[in-house]
Amino acid sequence: MSTVPSLELKNVNKNFVGVSALKDVSLQVFPGQVLCLLGDNGAGKSTLIKVLSGVHQPTSGELLVNGVPHEFAGPHEALRAGIATVHQTGGTVPLMSVGRNFFLGEEPTKGKGVFRRFDRKRAETVALEELRSLGITNVTDGSALVGGMSGGERQALSIARAMYFGAKVLILDEPTAALGVKEAAKVLHLIVKAQMRGVAVVFVTHNVHHALAVGDNFAVLIRGTRADAWSKGERTREQVLDLMAGGEAMGDLEDELRDIRAGVMKV
Amino acid sequence: MATTLATPQWKRGIANLAYRPEFAVLIGFVAIYMFFLVTSSAVYHSMAGTSTWVDPAAELGIVSIPVGLLMIAGEFDLSVGSVLAGSSMLLAMLYGHFHFNIWLSILACLGLGALTGLLNGLLVTRTKLPSFIVTLGTQLVLTGITLGGSTLITGSSSIDMTATAPVRAIFGSNWNQFNISIIWWIAIAVLGHHVLTNTRMGNWITAIGGDIETANRAGVRTAQVRIGLFIATSVAAALVGIIQTVEYNGSQAANGQSFVFNAIIASVIGGVLLTGGFGTIAGVVLGALTYQVVTQGIYFTGWDTDWSSALIGGLLLVAVLANNGFRKAAIARGVKKGK
Repeated sequence: MSTVPSLELKNVNKNFVGVSALKDVSLQVFPGQVLCLLGDNGAGKSTLIKVLSGVHQPTSGELLVNGVPHEFAGPHEALRAGIATVHQTGGTVPLMSVGRNFFLGEEPTKGKGVFRRFDRKRAETVALEELRSLGITNVTDGSALVGGMSGGERQALSIARAMYFGAKVLILDEPTAALGVKEAAKVLHLIVKAQMRGVAVVFVTHNVHHALAVGDNFAVLIRGTRADAWSKGERTREQVLDLMAGGEAMGDLEDELRDIRAGVMKV
Repeated sequence: MATTLATPQWKRGIANLAYRPEFAVLIGFVAIYMFFLVTSSAVYHSMAGTSTWVDPAAELGIVSIPVGLLMIAGEFDLSVGSVLAGSSMLLAMLYGHFHFNIWLSILACLGLGALTGLLNGLLVTRTKLPSFIVTLGTQLVLTGITLGGSTLITGSSSIDMTATAPVRAIFGSNWNQFNISIIWWIAIAVLGHHVLTNTRMGNWITAIGGDIETANRAGVRTAQVRIGLFIATSVAAALVGIIQTVEYNGSQAANGQSFVFNAIIASVIGGVLLTGGFGTIAGVVLGALTYQVVTQGIYFTGWDTDWSSALIGGLLLVAVLANNGFRKAAIARGVKKGK
């Protein structure tokens, strides 16, 4: 890869009191590419996301944005550096309108001095335009409450919002986990659209099929270490599934299950 | 922008109106007023009779508007009752007892309010304890200080004072039986509505009550906004303390205790969601009117007034249920229109 990675981790360790959550993790995400971060529950994905998005600081190792080392004091600094995180839940307020949600914290205003006020029309128009540009055409009323939208549409709103405010790196934390098949497909479309606009996407998931559908590069976390990393086409689906399940552990499990069926389970 | 709706603007306007949370409150208010139109004596509907519920509604309303905003931001303030009493007693003591300058005394009362609000806000946002319990604490502390302090300093828990003419004009003048607090109420309602619907602050208030984590992530200064609202509720309570002291020529340390829950009840009747994130100022205004039209109306029906709290309680339960229904309808409407 010749270009500079948008976001890079070099030999990052993260220790919490007495526990080592990340061990010597290195990653690179490039503009216009999707890095899929795979791992089982408790593999350290959440900690890794928190390091990437500025919530946690690495105990040791380096975080580079466009090749320049950065230390984030908090998520706001990461956001300012163009790293936006869309969480699995939250990200939108259900009892607020599409327009108000889209511009939360960055509300457009009109008028000056005491007459300065929230430009509701503009907020709603822009929000709808941005949603439509991501292929969400179902939402036609910018004043409708977000609580009435589907899970996929809400993810779209969060993603559209992040990109509108200039995100160069988009971290998606399990965006498909709580969704049905159709809704998850919508989110995968969104990921590809973001990628086409030159955004570097970190797609965190434990769904191998979703990852293989959109990923350019892959990394698997097991117990806080990067167990494997590869580029598109370098592993078969079976290899990945095996790796995800922990390879040998899966073999052991199959043996154990066979023993149970045969009624010779040893305690 | 291409619109897919062929419905004329005015028809959509009416449809939208029906989905506004305060619309249900308006219907409720009108229905209850009609009820008393039939059951109570004609005096209740005269000018003088009307003032018996509009005047207290104004005083309750002044406090309910910031309390409603605070509830939309997801927090409670139970200390308003003792701030009202404390402010009232402070004014009567400073001016009535010690004969300080009346304007400075009034400023001191508003300062007491601002300080209590700041304290409430800092305690809630720093400790992350529920505001319900924190403000219940300040409520009790301030009630005790007001009672004990006034008795200690002046030897009485009831102090007389007569305000100067300009002060009376601003805080205590009447038009027939209608009190100037109505003007204050209208002004504060207009301001509150403007803040909630037309400013960035309004967006933050709703977001904080709706999902504080999301608001934090979006860069909203959630602590500062809430501290500001706590200050607003206390200053409003202090203002009513001043109005009552000027109006009734003195102060009693036990004043204002009815406001503790009434401001919350008025907000809930007015459609503010108890868990935050939803509500309108028009609703809160109607909530205060509804509350007082019921409490005062009972006196004019000739019934035993012991029943009034049962009626208010029933009204509160109906309001909460109706609000739930309306909120669901508002959300569902987004879906239907989206398809």
